[in-house]
Amino acid sequence: MDDGGHGIEIRAGTGVRLSAALWRRSWVRGAALLTPPLAWFLLIYFASLAVLLLTAFWRINSFTTNIERVWSLDNFRTILTNPAYRSIMLRTIGIAAGVTVVDAILAFPFAYFMARMASARTRTALFVAVLLPLWASYIARVYAWLLIFTHDGVLNWGLRKIGLGPVTLSYTNVAVFIVFCYVWLPFMVIPTYAALERVPLSLVEASADLGARGRRTLRRVILPLALPGLIAGSIFTFSLTLGDFITPILIGGAGSNFIGNVIEQNVGISNNVPLAAAFAVVPIVIMGVYVALAKRLGAFEAI
Amino acid sequence: MNGKDGRRWTSALAVIGAALALVAAACSSKGATGGPTPGNTSTAAQPPTANLKPPTSIGPGEGQLNLIAWEGYVDPTWKKPFEQQTGCHVNATYAGSSDQMVTLMKNGGGGQFDLVSSSGDADLRIIYAGDARPVNVNLIPDWQNFFPAFQSPPFNTINGVHYGISLQWGPNILMYNTKDFSSPPTSWSIIYDPKYKGKITIPDNPIQIADAALYLSKTNPSLGITDPYELTQPQFQAAVALLKQQRPLIRKYWGLASQEISMFTNGEAVIGAAWPYQESQLKGAKVSVASVIPQEGATGWADTWMFATKAPHPNCAYLWLKYISTPKVQAQQAVTYGETPDNSLACPLMDQLQKGACAQYHANAPASYFNSISLWKTPLATCDNGKMDCVPYSQWQQAWTTEVTG
Repeated sequence: MDDGGHGIEIRAGTGVRLSAALWRRSWVRGAALLTPPLAWFLLIYFASLAVLLLTAFWRINSFTTNIERVWSLDNFRTILTNPAYRSIMLRTIGIAAGVTVVDAILAFPFAYFMARMASARTRTALFVAVLLPLWASYIARVYAWLLIFTHDGVLNWGLRKIGLGPVTLSYTNVAVFIVFCYVWLPFMVIPTYAALERVPLSLVEASADLGARGRRTLRRVILPLALPGLIAGSIFTFSLTLGDFITPILIGGAGSNFIGNVIEQNVGISNNVPLAAAFAVVPIVIMGVYVALAKRLGAFEAI
Repeated sequence: MNGKDGRRWTSALAVIGAALALVAAACSSKGATGGPTPGNTSTAAQPPTANLKPPTSIGPGEGQLNLIAWEGYVDPTWKKPFEQQTGCHVNATYAGSSDQMVTLMKNGGGGQFDLVSSSGDADLRIIYAGDARPVNVNLIPDWQNFFPAFQSPPFNTINGVHYGISLQWGPNILMYNTKDFSSPPTSWSIIYDPKYKGKITIPDNPIQIADAALYLSKTNPSLGITDPYELTQPQFQAAVALLKQQRPLIRKYWGLASQEISMFTNGEAVIGAAWPYQESQLKGAKVSVASVIPQEGATGWADTWMFATKAPHPNCAYLWLKYISTPKVQAQQAVTYGETPDNSLACPLMDQLQKGACAQYHANAPASYFNSISLWKTPLATCDNGKMDCVPYSQWQQAWTTEVTG
């Protein structure tokens, strides 16, 4: 009996000593906490990214499509010189930028109302309204839009009722644009709301005391302070649109290919992984530039 | 502090950007070298797996069977009885194009899939990539009853070694909504007609270039196209130009049969290139469609169940090959899908399933019908005349994704 109790005491003793040692050397604590996620990040994420970028310099045998480890810059040349690839890149960047602007315009008044005007209850209800669609499958939401746009769909039914005649929206770039604006809107609303909520009321009052009208206060005080939130949101909407390929497949028609579709076709259909890898560099570079610009504008101070 | 940080960031990016620009300049000055020349694949070349010995008997089933198939090829009508008879549970993955099948076999070839129902334009690519292995046809009793053209066809048999068992074949049809066409269209010209702008759909598949070439071979004889899969550079450019001209008329290039089915159901497409499968599905759903093989003829496919090199369930795979080749299952698949069986004994059984089906799906048609269909094959740089002046398939793929659909 006594022996058993003694054993427990010894084990407790080592535990105490271990925690004491950890308390004295805080760097050991930090290392122990950080090593597993960092190792995962470096090994799995960075290593595979490095292999991907390496593949971009190889090529495939055009008959068997086996990868040949011959170093060349052919893939990058193809991407940069082929006019079709250039137009796909411009289309992707253009639609991503357009979606970002539209989402910012839609999200700002909404977030402003949530942060500054709504009662606590309304605010919760609006939060749920913004976040609820994210609980449903992405595919289901995109297909729902297809049903709206389709020839005999809800939209044309409504237009016919008011005598505006049917419009052809399904399988067009306009439809792709609308769907993107819809699916990524929550990612703009939330950071904008977070930024607006943090604008101190005292600054708004001070602006009014100094004689600024509502519009001037909005332009000179609230907007600059909310800008980091809008930019943080724009990183989401821009990068999510930039990397998407499912919506163009489901909603897009002839001439709706995105960068993601080219990558998907090259990996999944033509098995030209080297060309796909070279193409994958494009969004990485674009996002690198974008994030660097956002950082200069102070988007990360709000995090 | 932050500003300095930002500058360091941007300058690092500027360096990367400059490096990329240099790379681009270096590449473009090197001139177009193109890819490696696609192998000189005369049929005499030995595929990598030619020496693997096939089994001489079929052992007990492994309980599972993983298939890559065209939509409609693993129908419950014949899948369920097979599972009951053999205890092999069938898992099917559907592919939308031959290219996707080649890629799935390559990436899942490490022991994931057992068989793939690929078409003649994919088979050689799968065989020469080493992703298919020799098959012992003596284990498939019904192979003896196949039409001779499908026992050892050049697309799945090399130097007398079989890499799969032929399945069925059929045409790519011109499908239309009967509400919009009082009399059936007679020419493929209708899918290039601006009158039907926004109501046309064709498959999202590089092999469609052959359909354009087939049409041009009849409408523009001066191009001198004799085989839609063996195109010289000017012939190829003419076909691609026709497809580029067609692009504004296209509502959507369909990737999966189900997309075309929904477009015809919703009235978004009224005419298009289709497989008989879509027509039979749409008719089953009471949509008013019909189809023709226009006067120019049609492209078509001849499918084979190819045997994966590292098939994890070889016994179940042999049991499936044996089963799918029997006259009854051949008849079922032919009638359900709307294609022509390879087993010569299937004809009377088709008529039992559906009156007149044997004649309707050409199971007893003379050789002239077979000759009117240009079966899919992989376009190679080597033309039949032995010269290396034809456009290889990799260029078909590139033209399709960059010039036509991009």
